[in-house]
Amino acid sequence: MTPVSAKLYTDDVSLLMVLIDTNPFFWNSVKSSLPISKFLTHVLAFLNAIVLLNQLNQVVVIATGYNSCDYIFDSSTSEGQTQRAEYLLQKLEEFVNKDESLCREDSVDGPGFSLLSGSLSMALCYIQRVFRSGPLHPHPRILCLHGSPDGPGQYVAIMNSIFSAQRSMVPIDSCVIGAQHSAFLQQASYITGGVYLKPQMLDGLFQYLSTVFATDLHSRGFLQLPKPAGVDFRASCFCHKNTIDMGYICSVCLSIFCKHQKKCSTCGSVFGQAPVQDSSTPDRKRKNPMDA
Amino acid sequence: MADKQVIKRAKYKSSVKDPGVAGVLKMNIERFVFMPNDPKSTTKLNVEFRMIKGHKFTKEGSSKQALLNLTQDQGGNYILEFDSFADPNAIAFHAEAGRVVPDKSAPPVNNEQLSREETERRIKLLQENSELQALHKQFVYGGILTEAEFWATRKKLLDQNDSRRPKQRLALKNEMWTVKPLSDGQTNRVTFNLTPEIIHQIFAEKPAVRQAYLNFVPNKMTEKEFWTKYSRAEYLHSTKNIVAAAAEAAEDEELAVFLKRDDMLANEARRKIRRVDPTVDMEADEGDDYIHLPDHGLLQNEAKDVLDSQYEPYRRSFSQDLNQHAAVVLQGRLIDVELGDTRTVAEALIRTKKAELSDEISNRNLERKLSDRISRIAEKQIEDLQGSPDPAQSHPSDPRDYFDSQQPNALKALGDAGSGTKPLRSSVSSREAYGSLRDIVSDIRVMGLSEPIVNQEVALKVLNGLTQNISSTKLHLGNNPHESVLDRLPKVTKEELLHHWTSVQELLKHFWSSYPITTKYLYTKVTRLKDAMSQVYPKLQEIKESVQSDFRHQVSLLVHPMLQALRCCLLHTTMQMYRRDLLRRRKTNGSV
Repeated sequence: MTPVSAKLYTDDVSLLMVLIDTNPFFWNSVKSSLPISKFLTHVLAFLNAIVLLNQLNQVVVIATGYNSCDYIFDSSTSEGQTQRAEYLLQKLEEFVNKDESLCREDSVDGPGFSLLSGSLSMALCYIQRVFRSGPLHPHPRILCLHGSPDGPGQYVAIMNSIFSAQRSMVPIDSCVIGAQHSAFLQQASYITGGVYLKPQMLDGLFQYLSTVFATDLHSRGFLQLPKPAGVDFRASCFCHKNTIDMGYICSVCLSIFCKHQKKCSTCGSVFGQAPVQDSSTPDRKRKNPMDA
Repeated sequence: MADKQVIKRAKYKSSVKDPGVAGVLKMNIERFVFMPNDPKSTTKLNVEFRMIKGHKFTKEGSSKQALLNLTQDQGGNYILEFDSFADPNAIAFHAEAGRVVPDKSAPPVNNEQLSREETERRIKLLQENSELQALHKQFVYGGILTEAEFWATRKKLLDQNDSRRPKQRLALKNEMWTVKPLSDGQTNRVTFNLTPEIIHQIFAEKPAVRQAYLNFVPNKMTEKEFWTKYSRAEYLHSTKNIVAAAAEAAEDEELAVFLKRDDMLANEARRKIRRVDPTVDMEADEGDDYIHLPDHGLLQNEAKDVLDSQYEPYRRSFSQDLNQHAAVVLQGRLIDVELGDTRTVAEALIRTKKAELSDEISNRNLERKLSDRISRIAEKQIEDLQGSPDPAQSHPSDPRDYFDSQQPNALKALGDAGSGTKPLRSSVSSREAYGSLRDIVSDIRVMGLSEPIVNQEVALKVLNGLTQNISSTKLHLGNNPHESVLDRLPKVTKEELLHHWTSVQELLKHFWSSYPITTKYLYTKVTRLKDAMSQVYPKLQEIKESVQSDFRHQVSLLVHPMLQALRCCLLHTTMQMYRRDLLRRRKTNGSV
């Protein structure tokens, strides 16, 4: 990291962690409406805009692949100082190659799921490193540019990342570029105090990014940013990936099941054979969708 | 409160002519009791007000005695005679109040002298406005406000209901003054009748005559001469003999003033035309006209005459006269002077005209606005001719672009329709998918980014959409934007809230209007108000707690400002009292 004098760090200096969805199956499915070339054009312009907003602003880009995640750009490194776009694209190409080599499946039905939990964790790790770098650091935030549908298998990991972000006061902004709303990201933004947005016109993605997501955390206090009409708080059951209102919860790891299980599939806890009314069995608990 | 009574000296009469039994009349809100001075007399009365059906009394100021006739339900009536005229009013008010609110305590009217009209007006207002009645009931009968205090803040309401409004000003007659010459048929004399009313109308309609009058009278000619001349000119007009009129005008220059077309009028007309919105297409409107005749179908004899240009100024069309008359009538009576003196009328009219003109000068920027508008409209028209800017429609040669631009909408619709299902189901081999992704990325590396990044129209649309979205989610909490929070509350709660709102407003109004406390009276009033407020306070809290949990937050949001305002008042009074206490203590200390 570049050493900077203490005075220069004002409250509008940001560290922006951008998570780019690079799930090839997703991009293949939206080839006609939003080719990745267009998406990258908008995002690169946005990243440049962020760097221009304040010379101390820092941008880190993490590619969220199908099988892996990786940092593909860091504006604080020496390579990130010049020829940013070229550097980023080169790293992205390398990443795609690496991700492909890790792929064990021959074909995938539908757009598939990208590894959001992984990239969120990487972003949080980076932020933790920045926090520990000294008393003066830019204000970090995470921006998820996500298109792939929610991977129910990552529910626990994603929720853990969300709570960890909430704990370290890092807002998670989400910009959903896919066809569907993302319940995970809705909750992530709601819990961490970020902005959740699903642009209606993807042609104007840059406009959305620059109007909504370019503002630093300090300025957000003075702005009226879009708020979702409602947040889908329903959880998906871990056994069938159904969205449920009511279900069984593991008393150890809080995993959610739509049916009574003998053993928790997440943490492996064995539930007692006692009758359902017994307090030692997982409670049948009502999850109120609007209660938070 | 119920033992609050009004005691009056009165005479009870069985009929109007009866000398009556002198005694004392005691009234409280429920009944009135008449006790004769002579304890042996049998004419004792003890009547409940609710039995009283109506009341009549002699008019104030008349030479007769002050009589009050209370009509009973069963048909009987009580006639009471009073010493002063104020008394029966007070009783009438009692009687009415007893009927309106039969089970409430008496309004403290004893120190008030209400005229009968005033009382009636108040009663009428209370009967018409249930909300007001509720407030009146709460505060006046509750002893928080006196009758006078309650109505003092509603002077406007009382004035509106005032039947004796200032006399409506008479407008000018909607009838054109046409000179109807009265000829006796034998001699050649023609008589004109001019009343001050008619003169006023002439002055208003014909500024030239007005000007001429001010110029000529009384220096050049007498008033009578002037009007004779004018009448002569009118007579000449009525004969429609333009040539004769021109000839006469040539001989007499004063007469010419009347006969020539009114220059001032013409100027004014020009001025008005300038202010007409030029986008009003007169030509086009003509097509819609009921008859396509010149001068709107009015018979026009002189138009047929072929006239030399020298007679032109003497022509006067009927439609001109009609328009001028209409304008004057619509303007109404502008001056407020007695019509007797002709000169003052003329001068007053001139004055109003001048004021109007100066108004117009200040309205110059209005004209500028108008011209702006014209140019804007002109631009718009040109724009219209330029055609639609939609590239998708204007370039059908590239259908692929059009399809691409429509795709996001289709996707959106799909996403909204079935949020649980995955709309895109196609099996893709991983090699293909990775391959295309890699190709595109390397393509960008070689080719560079496409420009421009965002189409400006799209950017504007996005911005508008975002702004709209933000403002709508900010304003409307619920799903239905037309639904207000109050409508969703239970009816009882809603009414209670509204009632408290009005009553709190009333209390606050009276409270703050009595500051600074300069008199003992204001001090007691504030104390009374403070007590009332401290009673409302727990009630509001109660409402908040009584509603269901779903609404509690919203109700508390509604109640909060009321509580805050009340708290502020209470705090203020305690502070004041504390300060006063401190001052007093200091004073006594100082004196000791």
